[in-house]
Amino acid sequence: MINLTIDGKTISVSDGATVLEAARAAGIEIPTLCHDPRLKPYGGCRLCIVEIAGVPRPVTSCTTPATDGMTVTTSSERLFNLRRTVVELLLSDHPNDCMVCERAGDCSLQELAYFYGLRENRFWGERRRYPKQDMNPVIKRDMEKCVLCGKCVRVCDEVQGVGAIDLAYRGFGAKVCPPFEKDLDCEFCGQCVSICPTGALSGRMWAGKGRQKDVKETETVCPYCGCGCVLTLHTAGNRVIRVSSKVDTPNEGWLCPKGRFGYEFINRPDRLTTPLVRREKGGALEPASWDEALDLVAARLGAIKDAHGPDALGGLASARCTNEENYAFQKFFRAGIGTNNVDHCARY
Amino acid sequence: MTNSIAEIENNDALFVIGSNTTECHPIVALRMKKAARKGAKLIIADPRRIPLVKFATLWLRHRPGTDVALMNSIMHVILAEGLEDKNFIDSRTEGFEEFRKAIAQFTPEYGEKITGVPAADIVKAARTYAGAKNAGIYYTMGITQHSMGTNNVWSVANMALLTGNLGKESAGVNPLRGQNNVQGASDMACAPAVLPGYQKVADEAVRKKFEAVWGGALPAEPGLTATEMTDAIIGGRIKGLYIMGENPVISDPHMAHTLKALKKLDFLVVQDIFMTETAELADVVLPASSFAEKDGTFTNTERRVQRVRKAVDSPGDAKDDLSIIRAVAARAGYDLGPASAADVFREISALWPAMAGMTYRRLDSGGLQWPCPTDDHPGTPYLFKDVFPRGKGAFSPIPYIESKELPDEAYPFVLTTGRILFQYHTGTMTRRSDALEAVAPEPFIEISREDARRLGIADAGMLSVSSRRGSLQVKAMVTDRVAPGVVFMPFHYHEAAANVLTNDALDPVCKIPEAKVCAVRIEKTAEVAAGV
Repeated sequence: MINLTIDGKTISVSDGATVLEAARAAGIEIPTLCHDPRLKPYGGCRLCIVEIAGVPRPVTSCTTPATDGMTVTTSSERLFNLRRTVVELLLSDHPNDCMVCERAGDCSLQELAYFYGLRENRFWGERRRYPKQDMNPVIKRDMEKCVLCGKCVRVCDEVQGVGAIDLAYRGFGAKVCPPFEKDLDCEFCGQCVSICPTGALSGRMWAGKGRQKDVKETETVCPYCGCGCVLTLHTAGNRVIRVSSKVDTPNEGWLCPKGRFGYEFINRPDRLTTPLVRREKGGALEPASWDEALDLVAARLGAIKDAHGPDALGGLASARCTNEENYAFQKFFRAGIGTNNVDHCARY
Repeated sequence: MTNSIAEIENNDALFVIGSNTTECHPIVALRMKKAARKGAKLIIADPRRIPLVKFATLWLRHRPGTDVALMNSIMHVILAEGLEDKNFIDSRTEGFEEFRKAIAQFTPEYGEKITGVPAADIVKAARTYAGAKNAGIYYTMGITQHSMGTNNVWSVANMALLTGNLGKESAGVNPLRGQNNVQGASDMACAPAVLPGYQKVADEAVRKKFEAVWGGALPAEPGLTATEMTDAIIGGRIKGLYIMGENPVISDPHMAHTLKALKKLDFLVVQDIFMTETAELADVVLPASSFAEKDGTFTNTERRVQRVRKAVDSPGDAKDDLSIIRAVAARAGYDLGPASAADVFREISALWPAMAGMTYRRLDSGGLQWPCPTDDHPGTPYLFKDVFPRGKGAFSPIPYIESKELPDEAYPFVLTTGRILFQYHTGTMTRRSDALEAVAPEPFIEISREDARRLGIADAGMLSVSSRRGSLQVKAMVTDRVAPGVVFMPFHYHEAAANVLTNDALDPVCKIPEAKVCAVRIEKTAEVAAGV
């Protein structure tokens, strides 16, 4: 264990913890843009700078290991001004079009600008200009909003193991792009979208569908494979407009293309909306009331059971349905109909 | 899974067999990659160069259907080199001597002859797996969908028992379940021989317990599995079928056989959210709810029961599946009891001790892994810590048995099937999601460069693929993912449904069909030159 003092508080952390981790464990907030606890420390944005007694210049707390007896200050006038200047510099090369930005209200840069009250900017000048058109079917990019925090690059490499993108060029020309700015070898998992602190990356499909106002969030579980990722469904009215996942879930907020982008089926117009019955053998399926359909099901199942016994009926339940529904289904077959002919698609 | 997903990253070695994890269980694969990055040895046994191979220490490309021979020869080396866990074998297992005799003939050289994996790699795999402190085995349908699928799983168990890699953290036997709630549907006894919680229907005391809650006498004879039902329909024994949220026309092997059965039924009810290929054959179609429209629970591959919550209303007159089943039961004269998902859950947890400690209130602050027998039990991250359910872990002597249908002159290729990252199962949901469909819009067949060159097949050229059961046309994808003599097709696409071709031969024990190996013939289709 390591004992250090942060803002006058004595804090104990395990070996290897950084100053940032120690501070956050003690509930002390330090602003960051490029940091994510799921990624390796990076030290890119310089917002997490702190003062350490005996060290002449501020250091980045995310890359500085905590050491025994260390005395740390996380807020001072000097730090405030330095951080404010960092944000000011970022904003000087940013479109600042929050009014139409998909991320407004959910943007780290916007929050920082708000916190530091940055309306005027001493550094207005040339801005990076990038074409808006983008062929990616899933991910919408707005490179002018990129703050070069490198989170997307790192998540793609460190977590996804794909390395589809990297930082290229230097200085003002630096940007995130695939090798040689072509041949994007992307799995479309969208981890980069989920981790981007600004509006630089977003989902093409949720653009313009609603931001924070009247958008409800519901925690549920993904309907695809058996990983059991916890999803947050963003809904506006009766439509699912976006899917995300929180960091404190068993899946640590990571999703795959199906989980993150495969939700459009929910609101599809060809959903079945009314019972259908085939009123004569060989005829077409025609809309019916629930009463007619349910009576028909009960009558026909009953007739087969009466004529041939309960084992002339079978039921296939669903690995897509809930435990409660599956339980009820087999209970109906066993206790209601009287047969054990009930199974599901575990073998397919 | 005997372990938890989070434990994967602390494996010292991973043996991944018959699992294209990055595409089929992408989030589990993230943990595997993390383990590899932390220095774990990753051994992959797969006939295809799956994406995970990029992260592997060792890739064993065995011929499809030779899993037992591969694992037996790995275990032969473990024993020959004295790498087994003698303490574990003595204290926690039985049947070791019989097992030892059964694998005596599986020298690495013999293994190489059957599997095509170099003997030296078999030795390397044995040393790596047995030499690790904590090793986990991960498998999916790649080893189970065979006519000897049960044997394959027993072999996996043998490997874990032999090396003491069971009953501890980050070491175990881990089938990765392919569907959101296939674990739960099994737990809830949508299976012909058990009542909820794997309690046997044949056991009178068990039946009495359920009869007391459910009312009425329960049938004692185990019923038919889904695969057996198809034959029972054709044979005239089953006349009415109720399908909830399944699309067997596309998902089951040997489509012609499935269609023949479903069309022969006197009465078919399908309850689903879309007009699937199966629903089109129904006499009654009942409109149901998607996962976003209902409350309940799913149980994932690590036995974690988690809350599903309603976010939107169902469209039109569609109802949630629980309400539909209750309404059908009521009209058939049976009261299914509790109406709300929460109350049904209460009934379940009262009947299955492994879920007795779970309530919706507890699940609201995160999922719980069964067994969770009491209100203050934290759930069980890994199974079999001190004892196996049967007492001692049993070794099984497993012979090598060939796949039912091997390539021959008329059908010279082995076809294997599976999923891709961007589509899911029969495509009912993913193919209606524009983003996914834009990335992976059409079916294909993977064929090796060598075979393509020999047959003059161009990438994206149309091929006609036939088996003894049917034929279809599909675009070629010339790739080094498959070995010469092997071709692969995803089964998601109705336009070229792989299950037109696959074999419905069954495993004699668990009745799983042999969807992973069948023999096919491949021909170039005459290309229409004019007007294209």
